[in-house]
Amino acid sequence: MLGRLTIDALPFYSWVAMGGAAVTVLGALAVMAVITWLGAWRYLWREWLTSVDHKRIGIMYIVLALVMLLRGFVDAIMMRAQQAVALNSQGYLPADHFDQIFSSHGTIMIFFVAMPFMSGLMNLIIPLQIGARDVSFPYMNSLSLWLNAAGAALVLVSLVIGKFSTAGWSAYPPYSGIEYSPGVGVDYWSFAVLISGVGSTMTGINFIATIFKKRAPGMTLMRMPLFTWTVLTSSVLVVFAFPALTVSAALLEMDRMLGMHFFTNADGGNMMMFANLFWIWGHPEVYILILPAFGVFSHVVTTFSGKRLFGYTSLVYATTAIGILSFIVWLHHFFTMGSSANVNAFFGIMTMIIAVPTGVKVFDWLFTMYRGRIEFHSPMLWTLGFMATFVIGGMSGVLLALPPVDYLMHNTTFLVAHFHNMIIPGVLFGYLAGYQFWFPKAFGFRLNEQWGKRSFWCWIIGFYLAFMPLYVLGLLGMPRRMEHYTIAEWQPHLIVAAVGACVILLGILCLAVQLIVSIRQRDQARDLSGDPWLGRTLEWSTSSPPPVYNFAIIPRVDERDAFQEMKENGIAYERPDKYEDIYLPKNSPVGIIVGGFAFMFGFAMVWHIWWLAIACALVIVMALMVLSSEDDNEYCLTAKEVEQIENARYRDLAKAPRIILPESEEIVPGAPIQGTVR
Amino acid sequence: MDNTHPQHVPTRSTYATGLVLAVILTAIPFAIVAFGLLPRLPALIAIAVAAIIQVSVHLRYFLHLDFKHTPHENLAALFFAGFLIFIMVIGSIWIMFDLHDRMM
Repeated sequence: MLGRLTIDALPFYSWVAMGGAAVTVLGALAVMAVITWLGAWRYLWREWLTSVDHKRIGIMYIVLALVMLLRGFVDAIMMRAQQAVALNSQGYLPADHFDQIFSSHGTIMIFFVAMPFMSGLMNLIIPLQIGARDVSFPYMNSLSLWLNAAGAALVLVSLVIGKFSTAGWSAYPPYSGIEYSPGVGVDYWSFAVLISGVGSTMTGINFIATIFKKRAPGMTLMRMPLFTWTVLTSSVLVVFAFPALTVSAALLEMDRMLGMHFFTNADGGNMMMFANLFWIWGHPEVYILILPAFGVFSHVVTTFSGKRLFGYTSLVYATTAIGILSFIVWLHHFFTMGSSANVNAFFGIMTMIIAVPTGVKVFDWLFTMYRGRIEFHSPMLWTLGFMATFVIGGMSGVLLALPPVDYLMHNTTFLVAHFHNMIIPGVLFGYLAGYQFWFPKAFGFRLNEQWGKRSFWCWIIGFYLAFMPLYVLGLLGMPRRMEHYTIAEWQPHLIVAAVGACVILLGILCLAVQLIVSIRQRDQARDLSGDPWLGRTLEWSTSSPPPVYNFAIIPRVDERDAFQEMKENGIAYERPDKYEDIYLPKNSPVGIIVGGFAFMFGFAMVWHIWWLAIACALVIVMALMVLSSEDDNEYCLTAKEVEQIENARYRDLAKAPRIILPESEEIVPGAPIQGTVR
Repeated sequence: MDNTHPQHVPTRSTYATGLVLAVILTAIPFAIVAFGLLPRLPALIAIAVAAIIQVSVHLRYFLHLDFKHTPHENLAALFFAGFLIFIMVIGSIWIMFDLHDRMM
């Protein structure tokens, strides 16, 4: 009836595990209690959970990412604490629990922080930036969100019922096979990855279609804003790379559940095939995450330097070159597998080549800043921190691209330091810069600058404290994923790293305080103009937050920095002669229903509750059939309603504070802005 | 069918042709394996060839792609997909056989 689910699945085996489970359960209950106390269930359901509006979906993605960031960070600081004390002792974590923690840390940070954060920023900004009213497939978009959430929920549930995988975030066989990992952990990992992977693939398809088909008239490919370019490239990578992950996780499950031998050496399997398939996805994934962050940096740099982007064309070509090259380097993740020198040399050289377009980008941003009037708002700080730190990570990457060096350094904390040095300053700083930069667009008020800057300084100082010692430790020969050790020389470095993690914790707390302070003081920080930073691209031409239809009249684009050009020509806020009816997709509960049942399906598969799995699969198929046979799925916003909304917008614009530039010329919204272009 | 070219309207017979071809191309590999018609290596090659023809049958009869009517950008996307699949498949074969030889 309940498969292998018994009362033993509850985490009574250790106090730490029980504490984690209690925090998870109590946290969920507390959120529900607050919603009930506010009487907000109906509002939440009708306006948010069933929404197909890309802006709301984007915000929900980012909420998911930030919640999971907390969970992933708790894992991180627990590991740092364990390693700081575990010299010649067992520390406070049993080995099995420590292994679960590093596995869930990696899984959560990649799949349920970075991916949703990226999807969130894409959803929020891309349609606005290309002058569209929505994405191409709004229902599929809602489905993607809820499938991602279902995967995240599976990982969270593994903390309470059963145990998570101990096989690391990459789940290499043979250790992740049924022989060495008979428990449910690896199954939790693979179903979380499979279910959220479906969601991510659909997001990729959706954004390729949106960017190709829904651009405003006049916006040719080479006039697209750079964030749009990077999202397009990264969506293409998603569509081609994620099938490899799906195949590798699915084959692993077939090995585990059906007794097949794809990855076990018995009966002709080959475990290295898993590594091969996993990294065919895994390397493009790195660029899937970082390219949109590069897009964010490009916008932040131009906006806060008050200049057009230096070398737009070279940035576009660098982006697409990185996109293609990212498919030709995957073997550098397993140089030590034992390939011949030719194979290793080929992939090593390709890996070094990929540093070239990335370097081009860094120079383009530097030249954009050159002789610009730089404003040190917090998004700009994140960007500057990124540039300095990311280059260090890139250097260590080029070093690791040499197969002989990799033979020495692989599986040490040098590698851990390297990829955190790429992902934290590159991906996370980029997304946080995007979060600070576009927050006023999403909510209509600016985030508190002071707390943003404090958060930045804590993050960057914490980052250097936490990861530079790991480079040294790697050179001293410390393997990654050590639960305890006997070499006294390592301990001081690990203590510094643990202090760094605490400083990063302060950075996260500053982010939370920033959000609370900003919400409480939102009336002082209202963005009435919709253009708080003097932006250059179309998303800043709408109100903040934008109306549900984004653009009453679809704009015409004649230049790269479309909105900047409109401002210069004095046509940015022109009132059209008349408005037209606008048709928009109705909200639909199908996304969240499918997500809920996908979660139950995953849970049932993990615990071998076959009847429940079959029932959930049937419900999902039926829900999708109902959704796709629904013909009456649009509603009409009449020209009159549009006019009312737009009139309110013009009243706000009239109230918006005049912008004073350093030359002290007063700017009226709609009038040309001088002095911002060279 | 907005995305197909107007002169190239799919009919029931094209779908039927596609279905028949797809069934035949599925039956051949199954037969080869079930009845042991070919030795191991020729069998693997025959299955791979049948699979590749199967893909083109699907593209031709179910997705209505051809060189005359399909817009260029769709074909370009298809060739790009082919290029990436080539990299992944040939790369994997290269890597795994290289490893296999060194393990012998």
